[in-house]
Amino acid sequence: MYTLGIDIGSTTSKCAVLRDGAEKLAASLALGGIGTKGPAEALDGVLKDAGLALEDMAAVAATGYGRTRCEQAGMQASELTCHALGAHAAFPQVRTVVDIGGQDAKVISLVGEGRMRNFMMNDKCAAGTGRFLDVMASVLQIPLDELGSRAVRAESAAAVSSTCTVFAESEVISLLAGGVDMDALAAGICASVAGRTAALVKRLGVVPAVCMSGGVARNDGVRAALEAELGEPILVSPDAQLFGAVGAAIYAYKKAT
Amino acid sequence: MSEEIKKHRPPPDPNSAKYKLGQIAAKAYSDAQAAKDRGEPVGWCASNFPVEIPETLGLAVVYPENQAAGIAARGGGARLCEISEADGYSNDICAYARISLAYAKIKDAPEQNVPMPDFVLCCNNICNCMIKWYENLSRELNIPLIMIDIPFNPDYEVSDGELAYVKAQFWDAIHQLEALTGKKWSDERYREVMEYSGRTSRAWLAATACARYEPSPFNGFDLLNHMAVMVTARGKKEAAEAMETLLKEYEDNHEKGVSTFRAEEKYRIMFEGIACWPWLRVTSTGLKSRGINMVTTIYADAFGFIYKDFDDMCRAYCRVPNAINLELSRDKRIKLCRDNHVEGLLVHTNRSCKLWSGFMAEMSRQIGQACDIPVVSFDGDQADPRNFSEAQYDTRVQGLMEIMEARKEAM
Repeated sequence: MYTLGIDIGSTTSKCAVLRDGAEKLAASLALGGIGTKGPAEALDGVLKDAGLALEDMAAVAATGYGRTRCEQAGMQASELTCHALGAHAAFPQVRTVVDIGGQDAKVISLVGEGRMRNFMMNDKCAAGTGRFLDVMASVLQIPLDELGSRAVRAESAAAVSSTCTVFAESEVISLLAGGVDMDALAAGICASVAGRTAALVKRLGVVPAVCMSGGVARNDGVRAALEAELGEPILVSPDAQLFGAVGAAIYAYKKAT
Repeated sequence: MSEEIKKHRPPPDPNSAKYKLGQIAAKAYSDAQAAKDRGEPVGWCASNFPVEIPETLGLAVVYPENQAAGIAARGGGARLCEISEADGYSNDICAYARISLAYAKIKDAPEQNVPMPDFVLCCNNICNCMIKWYENLSRELNIPLIMIDIPFNPDYEVSDGELAYVKAQFWDAIHQLEALTGKKWSDERYREVMEYSGRTSRAWLAATACARYEPSPFNGFDLLNHMAVMVTARGKKEAAEAMETLLKEYEDNHEKGVSTFRAEEKYRIMFEGIACWPWLRVTSTGLKSRGINMVTTIYADAFGFIYKDFDDMCRAYCRVPNAINLELSRDKRIKLCRDNHVEGLLVHTNRSCKLWSGFMAEMSRQIGQACDIPVVSFDGDQADPRNFSEAQYDTRVQGLMEIMEARKEAM
């Protein structure tokens, strides 16, 4: 049985096709989230790679902020449930999932079999989310991917506020003007996100094993800073950004069987 | 479309509690306006000020919190908030206060007009922002402020010292109002008001307690509408009668196996915090569409006051939810969760209400632990629509529903 998961986020769209709710046949990621061509591109990509058509799917589930507007999906689940299922599939021992996406940050507490016990999300502020990192990379005029690599090689971290993206942006501009080293600034920016996320994790309770999902999982600087804050190693999969889509495909399988 | 729906809506049953309560809430405003038109003094009154005092004296009062909620629910919140903000009030201040202060300036809001006050009655047992709000009303409008200070209580019981402090202020407020308005306090009339207030409160609390039935005979959002009468008219005979009708309807609903919750009740939750008035429909639909009934909230029960004499009344006003400590507040909520078989807790992190929301991170954690239920919070505001994101709310509510669903499946 084939099932398809479609994760339409705020900045990217992801799809995954599974066989029997476990074996990943194909996955795709397209830039552009809800309201863009991203979802269609991701869908075309995953079906092409899997060599299957939409009609071959026994069930299709959508997740992410665009989940309610996905015509191809016969069901939808929150990204909380889907990231929990996706993370559990990659790391069955995981009990805490930290998902930092484009617009929000979530901490999900799991019991066995990837079932969600509780969760906590950021408030309305963009500080502590992927958007914060986007803005800061733009201020530093470096690619987003470079923030993490610069952060891990920094000898020290500049102090950057985690209260507000706009305040932090002003702060980083001032620090740049003051000649602060770019690597130290990158480390400070990553530490700022990690500090805010760690507060969410601690409120929910740090239960090992901990893993990261979502796009920010690829940022080694944030991950290292979060490990230091939590005092726990953090598991990261190369497919972390696809956990939501994989989880949606697992959800579809569970509902169809 | 809405016109079409309105045309097909059956006329309200004048004998129903909903109709009666709606009439009483509306009459509170029209009575105050009529008093003003007759040249009588009218007051603006804080919601947890002892309503028995103006009621016994025969003084017409309106409630700025109730007015602000009405304005916000009808879409005027942002407009009035922005007027206050342009006058220098920070948007971190309570939106009820901002709306009220804006109204005091412009004196017109088609969503809910009220007569302008000749005095203001303030009691800080609900929050301390209230003091500055009412001081500013008093100053801007050049009218007297009658203030009752009920300190935050760190203990479980109301001490004799606190009672004496508060009771003296109640009498002082009465004497000030007598001097100001020429009205006279009557012990006989007070006993009558006390009796009505007791009847109203007993019926109200018994009605909200019908949530213990499964399924609940009512949609919890009904309580948010009906409680306007508890705020504005609990000392009136008509209020007592209407609340007794409401209780009877809920008991009848239970007997007949029907409910005002127009969906299958799959999950039962407690809602924490003041309603998100500008987004009432969205917050309600987000729950109902998933079969989630908000069966209980301390916000509704907060306005049920039961006491046997004047001293006991003073004690009751010292024990309103926002004047008591975290542990007692927590225990009251745990009781509500257990009595009403609640499966999840949805917390409104209300940007307007620092006191209530500040408590809530720790209190909700303790409630969740004690009752073994998931706790989910969302950002919003009681009256400022700008502090709410529908997509964020929807994701959190769906997440809560999925946890409750998974727990049921695992049982």
